[in-house]
Amino acid sequence: MAQPSVRIDVHHITRVEGHGNIVVDVQNGVLKQCDLEIVESPRFIEAMLRGRPFSEASHLTSRICGICAVGHATTSLRATEKALGVVLSEQTVLLRKLNFHGEMLDSHILHAYMLVAPDALGVGSVVPLAKSHPEVVRRALRMKKLAGDLCAAICGRHTHPIALTVGGFTHYPSASDLEQLRARLEAARADVDATVELFQMLRLPAFDRETEYIALHKDDEYCFIDGEIASSDGGAWAVEDYRKITNETLVRHSTAKRTRHKRGEYMVGALARFNINHEKLHMKAKAAATALGLKPGCTNPYRITVAQVVEIVHCLEDAIRLTDQLLERGVVWEEPAKPARLSGEGVGACEVPRGVLFHNYVIEDGKVASANCIIPTGQNLNNIEADMRTLVPTLLDRRPEEITLSLEMLVRAYDPCISCSTHMLDVRFV
Amino acid sequence: MARPKVAFFEFTSCEGCQLTVVDSLQTAPELLEAVEIVRFREAMSEKGEGYAVAFVEGACSRPGDEAALKEIREKAQLVVALGACAHLGGINTIRNRHELADVRQAVYGDKADWYDTYPARPIEAVVPVDAFLPGCPIDRHEFIRAVKALLQGRAPQIPDQPVCVECKLKENVCVYLRGRTCLGPIIRAGCDAICPTYGDGCEGCRGLIPSPNLDSLKQVLAEHHLSPDETLAKLTLFLTYQTMAMEAAGDGTAKR
Repeated sequence: MAQPSVRIDVHHITRVEGHGNIVVDVQNGVLKQCDLEIVESPRFIEAMLRGRPFSEASHLTSRICGICAVGHATTSLRATEKALGVVLSEQTVLLRKLNFHGEMLDSHILHAYMLVAPDALGVGSVVPLAKSHPEVVRRALRMKKLAGDLCAAICGRHTHPIALTVGGFTHYPSASDLEQLRARLEAARADVDATVELFQMLRLPAFDRETEYIALHKDDEYCFIDGEIASSDGGAWAVEDYRKITNETLVRHSTAKRTRHKRGEYMVGALARFNINHEKLHMKAKAAATALGLKPGCTNPYRITVAQVVEIVHCLEDAIRLTDQLLERGVVWEEPAKPARLSGEGVGACEVPRGVLFHNYVIEDGKVASANCIIPTGQNLNNIEADMRTLVPTLLDRRPEEITLSLEMLVRAYDPCISCSTHMLDVRFV
Repeated sequence: MARPKVAFFEFTSCEGCQLTVVDSLQTAPELLEAVEIVRFREAMSEKGEGYAVAFVEGACSRPGDEAALKEIREKAQLVVALGACAHLGGINTIRNRHELADVRQAVYGDKADWYDTYPARPIEAVVPVDAFLPGCPIDRHEFIRAVKALLQGRAPQIPDQPVCVECKLKENVCVYLRGRTCLGPIIRAGCDAICPTYGDGCEGCRGLIPSPNLDSLKQVLAEHHLSPDETLAKLTLFLTYQTMAMEAAGDGTAKR
């Protein structure tokens, strides 16, 4: 029997954020090429940061990405605050955590409902879905609006946050803002339950490939901000040592840089967080994981979306808890905490929707002297390609359209944020 | 009546304006009934052929973008610049003040020549634009009003007055009185003064009003203890392209 030859060239994968191509070339049954090309135009954000006032860095870097704008801004602020010795109040820490849940909910709902669900329900986008499953789309928009309104109450708007500033906030939600949010968050539990039910019906390809999972970890909570770097292969590192994990390299077919740790690749994101930190999830989120059949140690990348649904449950419950805590202690006006110095180096690390994000700044006399940002999608690129290389040989008996759909669904499962990942770094620290 | 075909395109940007378009459907789902979206890569897999209205997000920052922009211009009856990157060049143009070789080397090191790039520009520098929706990101209410106006064959109404007008109407305490600085007096309104409302000064993302009094604003900034460097940084967060154009015209409004 002749060995199959297949050439797949998906120009600009749809329903992802940014521009990427999938290129697969199989000749006589041998995989010759299997690339995820990143063709987003270079952004040069790190170069643009040089010489700008430190107070501007979070507003500039939030513009790396419209989806994880709060994540970039917060990570940027943590880098600056550590560099300049800024000590945050308890209220600031609580408000930032609550703000983060808003972004996590917004991003996961967008991805699960509008980018992934159409594949599961057999349509090309959310537009026909609005006709065929109007209640699903209405629910998604309702939950997304709540997530956006939660961000807006704290930082002015989700894309791009306004009130987040070095040392704290320039605006605070009123008690009545928080009470209204509290009521809406509680009412959203029904929508979250329905979401878990919907994704129980989602049929995902069976495909497993063992890899290394990397996520931030804390002993006392499901970690999104600060913490230490943990690996499923064992080990823990201070965030300042992020370079020991990321080891960035360039490849010609991608304007986004690649990373590798002990193996040739590793995964970050919701599934990595779940695999490493599942014990710290809210009990309702643990129950949702059980209902969805998601078990710690899961090695099926298509199930990243399922881990996101589990995090939706966690973030909603934790947002209710944080809102209660803020209402109980009362939100008071605080001037942002002042820098102790105007020069220094700091690393900020946060778990943004797609995985761990690092910002590293050197600040001299109040201006950014050099900057390095390492983006979750960049860290996942080698892992996606390794998945594709394992997956393609198992699909060669299928029609090219089926292979293409499987590969597109795989890339989409990672929820890649390509405009984020394209702007790389390498920055000489002088 | 056939629904007008609408397409969305993106160049160098964060795609936050298109996300804001998605969010606008939360309050105006009827928009989906009024138009036929034939391309929206971020949200849809389906692709249609022709289109009447093209919304373009992002700046033009590499030679390869020019041909794509010109093709869009040829196919569309109306080209609308969506957001600050397309309208002004936005933050992408900050790098235009640095030597391009330095910028490329700083980010991509000795692999810099692998990746195509040149100074960033607003799309109007490449093709004629019929309308623009300012802001970083766009204001979702302004987007809905603009689509409705376009459907009625009218140009969207974008305000010409400064942000200060809307800020006063919101009864905000002036951010200058709260110890911060603000570009509100010279920047186009239409955002409902959202940044001053949330305690931060206007950063200029919606572009300059006609005949802005830059000299007066610089004097005010100096009175509030901003150094010339800090003033320049403020003016060049979103407006580097415009600042450099003024410098090139030699009106001395924004010397280094």
